[in-house]
Amino acid sequence: MQKLISKDSLMDDRWTILKVATGPEILQAVPGKNLIVPLKFWKQFSEELLDYAGDVAIWLDSDEQAEQIGERLHELPLIALNFPVFSDGRSYSNARELRQRYAYKGEIRAIGDVLRDQLYYMSRCGFDSFDLRQDQDSELCLQAFNDFKTGYQATIAEPVPLFRRR
Amino acid sequence: MYRYDAYDHQMLADRVAQFRDQTKRFMDGKLSDTEFLPLRLQNGLYIQRLAPMLRIAVPYGMLSSTQLRKLAYIANHYDKGYAHFTTRQNIQFNWPHLEDVPELLADLAEVEMHAIQTSGNCIRNTTTDQFAGVAVDELEDSRSYCEIIRQWSTFHPEFAYLPRKFKIAVCGTAIDQAATQVHDIGVYLVAGPNADVGFRILAGGGLGRTPVIGQEIFDYVEKKHLLTALEAILRVYNREGRRDNKYKARIKILVKETGVDEFRKKVLQEWELIKDSALALTEEEIQRCQKYFYAPDYKQLSDNPVELANQLQQDLLFADWYQQNVRRHKIKGYSIVTVCFKETGVAPGDVTDRQLEQLADLADQYSFREIRISHQQNIVLADVRQDELYALWKQLKAGAMASNNLGLLTDMICCPGGDFCALANAKSIPIAESIQRQFDNHAELLDIGEVNINISGCMNACGHHHVGNIGILGVDKKGEEYYQISLGGSSKNNASLGKIIGPSFAQEEIPDVIENIVGVYKSNRAKDEKFIDTYNRIGLEPFKEKVYAKVN
Ligand code: SF4
Repeated sequence: MQKLISKDSLMDDRWTILKVATGPEILQAVPGKNLIVPLKFWKQFSEELLDYAGDVAIWLDSDEQAEQIGERLHELPLIALNFPVFSDGRSYSNARELRQRYAYKGEIRAIGDVLRDQLYYMSRCGFDSFDLRQDQDSELCLQAFNDFKTGYQATIAEPVPLFRRR
Repeated sequence: MYRYDAYDHQMLADRVAQFRDQTKRFMDGKLSDTEFLPLRLQNGLYIQRLAPMLRIAVPYGMLSSTQLRKLAYIANHYDKGYAHFTTRQNIQFNWPHLEDVPELLADLAEVEMHAIQTSGNCIRNTTTDQFAGVAVDELEDSRSYCEIIRQWSTFHPEFAYLPRKFKIAVCGTAIDQAATQVHDIGVYLVAGPNADVGFRILAGGGLGRTPVIGQEIFDYVEKKHLLTALEAILRVYNREGRRDNKYKARIKILVKETGVDEFRKKVLQEWELIKDSALALTEEEIQRCQKYFYAPDYKQLSDNPVELANQLQQDLLFADWYQQNVRRHKIKGYSIVTVCFKETGVAPGDVTDRQLEQLADLADQYSFREIRISHQQNIVLADVRQDELYALWKQLKAGAMASNNLGLLTDMICCPGGDFCALANAKSIPIAESIQRQFDNHAELLDIGEVNINISGCMNACGHHHVGNIGILGVDKKGEEYYQISLGGSSKNNASLGKIIGPSFAQEEIPDVIENIVGVYKSNRAKDEKFIDTYNRIGLEPFKEKVYAKVN
C-alpha cells in the first residue's frame, strides 16, 4: 500500500532513503536509485556522490539545522526532515527556516514518525510530502489537511495572517 | 470583552470536530495512549489519580455572566457540582468522563469557550493583571494585547510540540499583579523613547524545580513588533531547547546554558528576518482588538457617596469587608470588589454550581455582566458603583461569599495537591485548612496584616510556593508526606524567590510552625511594617532560630 501522500493525493515514491550510511561503499550496494542520504554523508562524500547515477537528495535529523547544509542547498531537488518521534517539534521550525530564511523551492518531505494528527500543522510549515509511518491509513490521513479551514498565523502555506485578511 | 467573529467560531467548531474524531479513534483502539496523550493535553484533558481533570481556558481571566452560567451547567451536568479556579486564571473540573469531553467542549463552544492549549508542551493561556482596564496605576489596558497573543498562539503550527510548556504574561500596571517576571516570557507595557507605548520583553523566567527571574531580551520594541518578537524567541527555543531531559527543557534552562547575551543574539537574528514581514501588527488590528475592551458605560458619579459613608458607620461587618475586599477604581464613584473564596473548610478556589450562578446574577446586577478570576484564586467584580456596594455585600453574605480575609494570612494560594493530582508528593488542601483553623480570629488576622502563603503539592509549583511570603512545598521523605517551608518570596515588582528555612516538617507540625513564624514577625516588626518588609530587614535567621528551637 502507498504510504506517501501530498496534501491532496497518494504519491508514487521515486526515492529511496538511506537511513544509515557510514561509508561510500554503500553506493555500490544500491545502484541506479534516487537516494535520500544523511546530511553528514552528503557533505563528507560529495565527490563519490557526483559519480552516482541516480538523483541525490538529503535528509536532516531533528537536531540538525538548515544552515548546516551550506551553499549547495539550492541544487537539492528534495530535502527530507526527520521526526524521530512525532512529539519532537524541531522539524517544523526547520521546514519553516528552509522556506523563509533560505527561500528553498524544492520539495520538503516529512519522514519518520509521521502520523495523521500532525499532518495539518506540518503542511502549514512548508512540508509538501509526507512519508507516513507504516501503520497509518493513507486515505484517512488525506482528510487531515482539512482539519481546519484556516488559521490565525502567518505560515508558509498562508503567508498573510488572519488579522490582515479579516 | 472580546467577541468571536465568523473566523473564530469556525476554528473552534473545527477543533471540536477534530477532538471528537480523535477521542473516537482512541476509544476504538486506533490511537495509542502515547499518541493520544499530547492531543488530549492540548485540549485540557489530564487523566488523574481519581478521574480525568479538564482545564478550561479563561483568556486573561475574564468571564461574562453567560459564560458563568454555562460553567455552572457544566459543573452540574458533567462534574459533581463543583468547579475550581486555578492560579493561572483558568477553571478546572475534576470528574468529567473521557467519552463526554467532546460534548462538553461543544457546549463550551456555544459561549465562545474552550480548553485549547491549557496543558501540554505548547503555548498556554496568556495571563495578565486581574485589574486590567480599571487599575489606577495602569499605563494601558493589557487585555487587547493578551487577545492578540491568544490568537497568534492558538493552533500555532510551528509551536505545538515545544520541548516543554510555555507561559506568557503581560503587565500594564506599575504594580505587577501577574507575576510577569517568573513566566517563560514576560511582556511589560512601557513608554518608549518618544513617549509612545511599546513593550519590554523578558524571557527565561519560571518557577518549578529551578525558579528563575526572567532576563531582558528586548528593552523596547514598538507595538507592531509584539508578535514578531515573540515568534523569534519561540523559534530559537523550539529548535534549541533541551529535549533530552524533561527537567531541563524549560526556556529558563536554555537561556541560562546559552548565556543571555548569546541567546539574545540568536533571537535578534531570527527577528531581523521577520520583523517587517506580514506578521508585523497593523494599526487596524491593534485598534480592532482594543475596541472590545473599551470602558463600559460608566455613569458620572462622585467618589465616597454619603450613603456609603453611613453604611460603613452603621454596619461594622460591612466595614470590615469593605476595608479588605474593596479597592480603588480609576473611575470616580466606582470600586473594584474582590470576592474571596477562601472560606475555612473549602478547598481554595473551589466554587459550587450554585455560587457560579449567583456570581452571574451579581455580575449582571452590579458589574456590567462580567467577572474576572484573580491569580489568588478569587473572583473580581471590577466595576461596582460605590453606592451599591452595601447591597452587593448583603447578597454576597446571603450566598456565603462575603469572606473578609482577602490578602490576609488565610487567603492562601493552594494547588489541588495529593487529593486530586497524580503528580503530588503530598496533600496541600488539608494543610491550607489546618492553617485556616489555627488562625480563626479575624481581629488577629487583621493585626498580622498582609502576608501570603502559597502551597504546592510538588516541585511543579502550581501553587507558586517560591513566590509566597511563606511558601509550603510538599516533599516525599521515605514515602511519608513532609513539608518544606521557605520565607521571603514575592511575585510583586521586586519579585524574589523564597529561601528554604531548614529541614521539612510533618503535616501536624505545620500550624505551629506558621504560628512561630508569625510570632517572630510580630515581635520584630516596626510600625506598619508588612511581613515581607520585616523579613527583608531582619533576614531568615531569627525565624529559623525560633522554628527549630528545642522544645523544653
Ligand atoms: S504542584 Fe504538583 S501536586 Fe500541585 S497541582 Fe501541580 S503538579 Fe499537582
